[in-house]
Amino acid sequence: MSYRRLRAVFIKELHHITRDALSLGMALAVPVMMLLLYGYALSLDVDRVPTLVYDQDGTSASRDLVKQFQGSRFFDIRGIVDGYAPIQRGIDSNKILMGVVIPRGYSQDAAAGREAPVQLLLDGSDSNTASIVLGYAETLVRNYSLQLRNQMQNSRGGQPSPPLVDARLRVWYNSSLESKNYVVPGLIAVILQIIAALLTSLTIAREWEMGTMEQLLSTPLRPAEMVLGKMLAYFVIGVADAAMAVLVGILVFGVPLRGSIPLMAVSLCVFLVGVLFWGIFVSAAAKTQLQAYQMGLLSSFLPAFLLSGFVYEIQTMPPVIQVVTYIVPARYVVRLMKGIFLKGVGIQMLWGELGFLALYATIIFLLAKRKVNQKLA
Amino acid sequence: MWERIGVILRKEFIQALRDPRMRVLLFLPPVIQLLVFGFAVNMDVDHARIAWMDMDRTPMSRELRARFEGSGRFDIVALPANEQDVQEVLDRGDAQAVIRVLPDFERDVRRGRPTQVQILIDGTNSNTASIVGSYAGQVIAGFSGAVTLAQQNARILTRSPASPVALMLPSVPAKTRVWFNPDLHSRNYFVPGVVANIIMMVTLMLTALAIVREKEIGTMEQLMVTPIRPIELMLGKTLPFAIVGLLDVVLITSVALLVFHIPMNGSPLLLLFCSALFLMTSLGAGLFLSTISHTQQQAMMANFFFSTPAFMLSGFAFPIRNMPVAVQWLTYLNPLRYFMEIVRGIFLKGVGVSVLWPQMVALVIYGVTVLALSAARFHKTLE
Repeated sequence: MSYRRLRAVFIKELHHITRDALSLGMALAVPVMMLLLYGYALSLDVDRVPTLVYDQDGTSASRDLVKQFQGSRFFDIRGIVDGYAPIQRGIDSNKILMGVVIPRGYSQDAAAGREAPVQLLLDGSDSNTASIVLGYAETLVRNYSLQLRNQMQNSRGGQPSPPLVDARLRVWYNSSLESKNYVVPGLIAVILQIIAALLTSLTIAREWEMGTMEQLLSTPLRPAEMVLGKMLAYFVIGVADAAMAVLVGILVFGVPLRGSIPLMAVSLCVFLVGVLFWGIFVSAAAKTQLQAYQMGLLSSFLPAFLLSGFVYEIQTMPPVIQVVTYIVPARYVVRLMKGIFLKGVGIQMLWGELGFLALYATIIFLLAKRKVNQKLA
Repeated sequence: MWERIGVILRKEFIQALRDPRMRVLLFLPPVIQLLVFGFAVNMDVDHARIAWMDMDRTPMSRELRARFEGSGRFDIVALPANEQDVQEVLDRGDAQAVIRVLPDFERDVRRGRPTQVQILIDGTNSNTASIVGSYAGQVIAGFSGAVTLAQQNARILTRSPASPVALMLPSVPAKTRVWFNPDLHSRNYFVPGVVANIIMMVTLMLTALAIVREKEIGTMEQLMVTPIRPIELMLGKTLPFAIVGLLDVVLITSVALLVFHIPMNGSPLLLLFCSALFLMTSLGAGLFLSTISHTQQQAMMANFFFSTPAFMLSGFAFPIRNMPVAVQWLTYLNPLRYFMEIVRGIFLKGVGVSVLWPQMVALVIYGVTVLALSAARFHKTLE
């Protein structure tokens, strides 16, 4: 390995990058744009659930219950209807998510101290939203039920009894339960992975397609120098992207950064090196730019998005797929990012993840070197 | 004319299927997406991992634990003994929540003094956290209700042992009925969405590249000296991918029904028809990309900037309802959004044209506009 030749490749590759101003601009602007757009758009917070109410009872007691729903910020009562048909139509056409039906005789049953059930009709298509809505609605009705019971006891001269055992919820790390705090750190990792793979996946395939590889072959350049030199050139862009993404996450989205900045910088750099090598490996393995691009995208975007634990929890996957996630580098960097951003944990909790990323980078470097070597021979 | 289109069609099929790697790329992404969304993506919270910290250690606290375990929604994965263990178990992400029963729990309950059970939740994943929180709240409320009832009955019995009168107190239980996906499986929601994604992925990209490749390697000139006319070239270039797209729809739908047992409540024919409507837009967009790019690399980049937002803002993984209003408006520009609604509507809700016509009209408008624009541009770039 010669430092001079390495530098020569590095500079040549930088020229390639800077010459094409449009591509360079895109490589720098796109991650930030993606982060801004998706950071705002990709929200899993469920509130203002559009709801229709069918009040068959029509008494002051039933209206009192409706008021509970109207007063909650989780529900948006879109109207009071008289019949199941509007609810059915609303759910069919995605206008509403839930229907609340208060049956006839509700107030009599409640006044007589009998069970007075309320019907909740829920669109279950989106199971995740539905379970959250269900939780809100059942909690609301349960609290109302308790309140009613206390009033009744009061009026009979008994003592009001607060619930004997109460659940006291305390949420750590993301106490406002905003999904952006969860989505944005992972999103940074996913975007970096995609950009890095895209940046490098074409670099060697292009040399082959344009015939410049022959020229490189006639120089004393060695595979390791070529791989390393190309990687370093794109690393510069990757680091700029990463720095901007983290800044946007903190300044624009207000994601709390509780951990150490140097640790985050180190993790992102190690991760970048690994995925850039991967892009080069793909590029060397592919015959054409088209294949390189598709393989690069396929092997980075889908796993990073789906198997990294970015939004879909790894623990709920079947064991076979959980095993597969161990070879997805994004898995580790997502854990690192969330751990450093939200939990503020340090190296003693995260050294395993960091170590794996380093190992991944080394292995992929060796693979890429071998692949280029085969191609050269 | 039809003869020439036929020739181009054959040429395209041969080109697309000749390369073994291309064959793989045609069919691998759909299969991977399908498998991952069918098997791996699971947003259901059915076995929340919790840590149990019992500082009371009485029969009553054990009864509460039994209720948690018996609910079928919780797995107790750790028994932290002190604050530090709690911190560590949450920091590592081993448990999603820690339930802490405070000392004197049983004594307080027996004396009728209100007491609390602490639930510490890892809020990193806001979504899971709120589901776990509401499940835990339900278990504790159930426990509380049972204990209260037992105590009240006991009190009444001690006061007037002869008459076992139960207290007449109202309760308002919520009777929930979940439509379309009663077991709340996220698979039923995601797999139909994959149909929409894949048809876009396959057709948009392949059309654009098929044309740009000819430009890049110079065979476009050769095609232009043949008697073929632009419209014929266009049809010949897009039809093969329309066929591949429709075959993908049939393939994925069959796998969804047979392997994943996704309910298909609506009409398969309507699904196929709407897919054809969507294909107009996606093939048209592919043509358009081919007119703005000179190299395959540009086409791929353009495709990436086109289809990623379309994917992210389609409501596939992230509900449109939750987006900021400005972004919600933006999604109306996204044809995939309409197709996503159609596919899910047909699969899960079993709705037909009477409900889906606005989306279908939108697709037709998009399809015709995009196709016409691209055709005009395509014509111009050829000359």
